[in-house]
Amino acid sequence: MTQGKTHREPLLRIAKRDGIARPKAWAIRIIAVLLSLVVSGIFIFAVTKLNPIQVYEGIFDGAFGTPRRSWVTVRDAMMLLCIGVGLAPAFKMRFWNIGAEGQILIGGIVTAGFMRAFGGDISTPLLLVIMAVVSLLAGAAWGMVPATFKAVWNTNETLFTLMMNYVAIQLTSYFVALWENPVGSNTVGVINQRTKDGWFPELFGQEYGLNVVLVLLLTVGMFLYLKYSKQGYEISVVGDSENTARYAGINVKKVTIRTMAISGAICGLAGFIAVAGASHTISTSTAGGRGFTAIIVAWLAQFNTFVMILISFLLVFLQKGAIQIASQFNLNDYASNIITGIILFFILGSEFFINYRIILRGGKEGAK
Amino acid sequence: MKKFLALLLTLVMALSLAACGGSDEESTDSSAEDPAATEESGGSAADVKIGLICVHDINSGYDAAHIEGLTAACEELGIDANSQVIFRYNIAEDENCYDAAVDLAEEGCNIIFSDSYGHQSYMLDAAEDYPDVTFVSCTGDMAASSGLDNYKNLFPYTYESRYVSGVVAGMKLKELMDAGTVTDPKVGYVGAYPYAEVVCGYTAFLLGIQTQVPEAYMEVQYTNSWYDPVAEGEAANALMARGCVIIGQHADSTGAPSAVQAQKDAGSVVYSVGYNIDMLEVAPTAALTSSQNNWSVLYRDTLEKFIAGEEVPVDYAVGITEDAVMISDLGPECAEGTQEAVDAAWAGLRDGSLKVFDTSTFTCQPAADGSYQVDADGHVTSAFGLDSDGDFVNDTGEAIVDGAFQESVLRSAPYFSLRIDGITELNNN
Repeated sequence: MTQGKTHREPLLRIAKRDGIARPKAWAIRIIAVLLSLVVSGIFIFAVTKLNPIQVYEGIFDGAFGTPRRSWVTVRDAMMLLCIGVGLAPAFKMRFWNIGAEGQILIGGIVTAGFMRAFGGDISTPLLLVIMAVVSLLAGAAWGMVPATFKAVWNTNETLFTLMMNYVAIQLTSYFVALWENPVGSNTVGVINQRTKDGWFPELFGQEYGLNVVLVLLLTVGMFLYLKYSKQGYEISVVGDSENTARYAGINVKKVTIRTMAISGAICGLAGFIAVAGASHTISTSTAGGRGFTAIIVAWLAQFNTFVMILISFLLVFLQKGAIQIASQFNLNDYASNIITGIILFFILGSEFFINYRIILRGGKEGAK
Repeated sequence: MKKFLALLLTLVMALSLAACGGSDEESTDSSAEDPAATEESGGSAADVKIGLICVHDINSGYDAAHIEGLTAACEELGIDANSQVIFRYNIAEDENCYDAAVDLAEEGCNIIFSDSYGHQSYMLDAAEDYPDVTFVSCTGDMAASSGLDNYKNLFPYTYESRYVSGVVAGMKLKELMDAGTVTDPKVGYVGAYPYAEVVCGYTAFLLGIQTQVPEAYMEVQYTNSWYDPVAEGEAANALMARGCVIIGQHADSTGAPSAVQAQKDAGSVVYSVGYNIDMLEVAPTAALTSSQNNWSVLYRDTLEKFIAGEEVPVDYAVGITEDAVMISDLGPECAEGTQEAVDAAWAGLRDGSLKVFDTSTFTCQPAADGSYQVDADGHVTSAFGLDSDGDFVNDTGEAIVDGAFQESVLRSAPYFSLRIDGITELNNN
């Protein structure tokens, strides 16, 4: 070991960025997307010998090829966005709500229950309001259970919310068995198929118009709540440091429970939208893993609900596209999942380069 | 560091998403660019575009039978299966089916089939939205009551092939009992769901067995899934542990036959009767036969009418007389004389001299809900035809005609849900 070597700098150093200009951050993200397209293009060509451009056209076609497909893409993106919006306050408070899946199902169960019980007896607009309210309450109650345990006994909310999902899934199975139609088939079937009682009405001539309006209202509302309200400020203080919050006189217990009630309520409402506004049925696949996917939406958007719109669309776009290219090019569906995986990997990876910078030995910062 | 951890967590989650997400739908069409290329058959066969929604993919015997059936029917009719058929695989029995059906209609399909019972209400939704497209829900039962003229049902007389596969099992059981190897003629059945389609199937199976071993009786274990290899294997193991010698199944995987083969290899005397596909590959010595549907007959007849511009029947159900049902090759350990017994049973069913649900061959306990009547001996004298809304008021038709339950006549989907003596359901809710 010579003296010189001990002082030698490593080839690469990683340093936290102090801050990054917004255009630069977006430039990094766009470069990441382009790079991911190049890499998956190479993958496509290597494996299938297909023209990658055609495959990308297929992806686009799958998501927006027909007006109907565009609306399905919008509907699914809105669903994901709604859950992401619901998760935002909890995650901003650094409360790891992994339980959106369960909160959606609970909201869905009460919606389906009211739809079955009161469809036809109560006019649809009133029934929709009632179902929205009960699904909000049910989701809030489901979210407050782990929050209360966390606030009072400091239990681990990640595990608690996760486990609550399984309880909700079992409850869903129970109600599916209870309501199954026909008996023994283990499905509820389409609820009120003939009368369409309790279904979302068409808005602006669009089947999913109301879904869009509701979710966008929530998105704007949550943005304002988190950014400009006193409660939103409390959430970010608790999230940054509970001790600071306590020192500042914030009632951490109260904020924890209140925030999770809001988070759970919006996820419950997502269940309402899923049941009354899209599927008109309830099953254990009503949430369909979106409670987990929405975590990525919320995190990637850094809890900015407007950015979430973009991320939700991107994820749903990739998913629909994957289905289409599997169909169109006779690809095994794993191939399309790999492409989705590559693109997501690059997008997530780009966040690293936004938060950190790499310093090369001998670079202009190397001498420091 | 915390942020980095969070990032890492996000990455892991995203990768797992990529691994599991989106895999629930796949299909392998090759969107027709040149339908004219296959025009040699001429006429309107070239104009037809067919969609098939499958609940699972080709790995499930049931879906494989549909895929092969439709492909064979297309070949017969001069339809190019590559360019004129779009398959959608792994479409769950939920709102995904509606999306898939609508998407197929938008892709230009003019006739769309779905293969699983639970698809039907979503197919009905789509049929309302697209009145110019014909929707056929195989195994469904809502067509007649839907009031839509573009919504159809079809179903083969599967109970006939189950009955004949029961004869095969009965021959084996008789041989084992005559040899003294088996003293308790107990039969097990792995069923999917406790409703008419399954009930009708296992009842026909036991009645077939009872033609050879009248004292045979059966226990049924439900899996609550159409396709779950693990649960089906476990159900078969549970039944074998309870002393069942023959394991029949109304479930779509090879789970049960594989479990039976393993048990047989371990020295037990057990045999399996499969469904949909030949099970000899997974159970070379334990498999006796499988009851099978020949879907190509139903697809061919339906498409033929559709192409000719004739009305597609609302309910279409046929059996052995049209060769729509069959059993697979007999296994190596089948009893001697089995082929003759099978041929005799088929012949009887063909000419109508043999009726599967002959009321003199089974007895029931008196009905608590009034849905059927029995005489002093327990033989059913009258039964509801269709009570699709489950209100215990007969909707249409008398099911018992000429001393036999008329299955799949009032509508294509099975409605035989009498619980006959000698069958015990181990886990019906």
